[in-house]
Amino acid sequence: MSAAATTALPAAAPAAVPEPRASRAPLWLILPAVMLFVGIVLVPLAMTVLLSFHDWGQYKGIEPVLTLKNWQEIATDPYYAEMFGRTLRIALITTLVTALLGTPEAYILNRMSGRWRGLFLLLILGPLLISVVARTLGWALLFGGANGLANKLLMSLGLIASPLPFLFTETGVVIALVHVMMPFMVLSVWAALQRLDPQVEHAAMSLGAGPLTIIRRIVLPQVMPGVLSGAIIVFSLSASAFATPAIIGGRRLKVAATLAYDEFLNTLNWPLGAAVAVLLLVGLILIVVGANALVERRYAEVFR
Amino acid sequence: MTTPSRSAAPLLELDRVAKAFGSHVAVEDFNLAVAPGEFISFLGPSGCGKTTTLQMIAGFLAPSRGTIRLEGRDLTSVHPSKRGLGIVFQSYALFPHMNAAENVAFGLEMQRIGKAERTERVRAALAMVGLAAYEDRHPRRMSGGQQQRVALARALVIRPSMLLLDEPLSNLDAKLREEMQIELRQIQRNLGTTTILVTHDQTEALSLSDRIVVMSKGRIEQIGTPQDTYERPASAFVAQFLGKTNDFAARIEGGSPARIVAGGWSAPAPVGLRGPVTISVRPERIGFAETGLPARVAARIFQGNHWLFQCETECGPAIVVRPNDGAGQPGEGETVRLAWRPEDMSLSAGAAA
Amino acid sequence: MSRNGPLALAFHGLFVTFMLAPIVVVCLVAFTPEGFLSLPTNGFSLRWFRAIADYPEFVHAFWVSLGLGALSSLVALLFAVPAALALTRYKVPGRGALQALFLSPLMIPHVVLGVAFLRFFTALSLGGTFLALLAAHIVVVFPFAFRLTLAAAAGLDPALERAAVSLGAGGFTLFRRVTLPLILPGVVSGWALAFIQSFDDLTMTVFLAAPGTETLPVRMFLYIQDNIDPLVTSVSACVIAVTMAFLVVLDRLYGLDRVLAGKGTD
Repeated sequence: MSAAATTALPAAAPAAVPEPRASRAPLWLILPAVMLFVGIVLVPLAMTVLLSFHDWGQYKGIEPVLTLKNWQEIATDPYYAEMFGRTLRIALITTLVTALLGTPEAYILNRMSGRWRGLFLLLILGPLLISVVARTLGWALLFGGANGLANKLLMSLGLIASPLPFLFTETGVVIALVHVMMPFMVLSVWAALQRLDPQVEHAAMSLGAGPLTIIRRIVLPQVMPGVLSGAIIVFSLSASAFATPAIIGGRRLKVAATLAYDEFLNTLNWPLGAAVAVLLLVGLILIVVGANALVERRYAEVFR
Repeated sequence: MTTPSRSAAPLLELDRVAKAFGSHVAVEDFNLAVAPGEFISFLGPSGCGKTTTLQMIAGFLAPSRGTIRLEGRDLTSVHPSKRGLGIVFQSYALFPHMNAAENVAFGLEMQRIGKAERTERVRAALAMVGLAAYEDRHPRRMSGGQQQRVALARALVIRPSMLLLDEPLSNLDAKLREEMQIELRQIQRNLGTTTILVTHDQTEALSLSDRIVVMSKGRIEQIGTPQDTYERPASAFVAQFLGKTNDFAARIEGGSPARIVAGGWSAPAPVGLRGPVTISVRPERIGFAETGLPARVAARIFQGNHWLFQCETECGPAIVVRPNDGAGQPGEGETVRLAWRPEDMSLSAGAAA
Repeated sequence: MSRNGPLALAFHGLFVTFMLAPIVVVCLVAFTPEGFLSLPTNGFSLRWFRAIADYPEFVHAFWVSLGLGALSSLVALLFAVPAALALTRYKVPGRGALQALFLSPLMIPHVVLGVAFLRFFTALSLGGTFLALLAAHIVVVFPFAFRLTLAAAAGLDPALERAAVSLGAGGFTLFRRVTLPLILPGVVSGWALAFIQSFDDLTMTVFLAAPGTETLPVRMFLYIQDNIDPLVTSVSACVIAVTMAFLVVLDRLYGLDRVLAGKGTD
């Protein structure tokens, strides 16, 4: 779970004119980092792609031959379609809920006075840096069967008659994931709100717009790029989340990440696990790149 | 401070309006009556309370004391969205996600004006500011001057009872600013919309306004026509803020009639003053003469259409501006005599600071 | 004019409750005097915090995490600072591609990185070693160190360095006396963020860790897989406390939203 995954990079300052004698400086400044990345990111990734085409057997282990066996299994066995479908569904619902709750919250935060805003920003963004295991453990405690606090609360409020199952259900996974992902969404919308000219709301007001009209016609269209880029981050992190589905979903409710983990560390069918991981990676890259392109094209006219 | 009486009933009245932020008093005892069709400027340095006053008129700030009346109606409990004022903001505050026509149409939509009329009025408003061809353009793709015009069209298209301009020209470069000043004045004259302009630029205030409200530290220093405030500043602050001025240490010499004397220059003194006084004269009202205050030219600077002289006199330093009319000018180091007409100076008791 | 209405404040209250609930529950359960999971209803007790000492795996895992975090974020900076300076100071061909490469660990799901690293280090016969963990963590936290350093270096007025050069500074002196002090806030917050990322990472590390090199999150995760008892909540409470302290310092120094959005510190 990585923080602030795809926030736009700050534009680099116009390159300073280098002193002549230092004109070869960039090479030895950058080369170590490039070698590090080629050696420890690109090579392992390439090896993993290759691994997904290897054969495996219970007794013979990994056989370094080229075969489409793993990919055929994923394409034909409905188990994998169901698992990837579940992964996609959980990620989509999580994204939707985070956007629906996080956007208004960011707006409310932005309207608070300085001191309160700082405090609540710390409380809401802070969990981002707290161990996902600790946070998910909290949800496991809250859900914990019929005796879970969440059920006790809902029942004492009279909202439900009998305990709802949260643990080992998709609902539970989504609720915990929404909690884990929410800071990304708030942060993204918050950043978009910071770019808003504060006089614009006054301008709309002076032209006769009421508060709801201002939100709908003036604020929302301008922060939409922030909501969408937050949604892209949340989606890609939810679809590849491991800790939360593993702890809340348990062993039966498999998603892509937990399945890859099982194949590698329990079944020891590394080629199949590699195929699942590669499929997850390629699928996510396609979705994220496609969504980014759509967002950029949609808003190119307005926001360069 | 009283405002000149006008024949028509005032459109806007500010009655002892004050605003305090905690213990900081931003505006104090602000009284003003604006006649229909008038162009008023609030002029002063930053922090003088001019923008605060404008925001109270617009309704974005509530006055701590006093009342604001528009067409005789108390505005205190009227929400900003119901005041019907046209406002041009310093940042223009155009809606970045709407094109020029959509920006201008927004206020009309809020008034639920039908599409046909709306389109017609938007087109007319954009044509008025010379942007007929830019309807589909988004603000980020427009120059500062064009954005300014859209903001003006957006504020005027709703036919506001008043136009409020908050430093609208301060983000434009000097040449464009001058063009916009002329255009703004023309549009305002043609439409007859009562206008309040907030500015820290004295030239802008002098060239645009019917009356100027000069402010300093939350208080009104003077209200008057541009000529009045320039020629007869009511305080040392106004004299200093509106153009340059020379302060000479002078004294009233007894006998009857008494005379006011500054070195070699003298004139009949007004009654009532005695002892040391300070004479204030604008640089362009001082001439070189046969008799007068002796001065040595310390520096002579050519500034295109005029010359600027820095002189030293026994009554204090002097700046003299002479038009570049082709006549010969004294050189640096020469001794000259300075003279001015008594009606071009203002007097205050006490020694020059 | 910019106040929130009662409805907005009610929403805000529920929202904050939702965000804090699991964290608060973990911390409360950690103080239970009972031998089973329960909220402390009759008195607070520190017995489960004392119990951590009797469970050496957690203590050992904590030291592994601490060393790994400190070391990997430091090494990442050693690579990231020169790269960021080069990218902002010189016309580097393929600047966009290089930045994308350096930030790629953010885009690649950690589970994929875990799989790839497991495959890679096993092939090198380094599986389960601290060295493998260290190398993997350096790469994974690199983007955080890099991004904040880059933002700080990009915000640096090039005239300052030119002025120093015109005054006779050069080479390492220029870096030590002018450049580094100016980008230091970005570098330090980059280090802190990188440390926390390393300290918290589970998804990637769970593939690489072996008994003896298990980090705290991995040990906690494996423990939870077997059973949940008050011991793991007291460990979690400690982790939360450590992170909170870090967080408050970060926020005081640079503003949390700027650090997290990677916007640098000027």
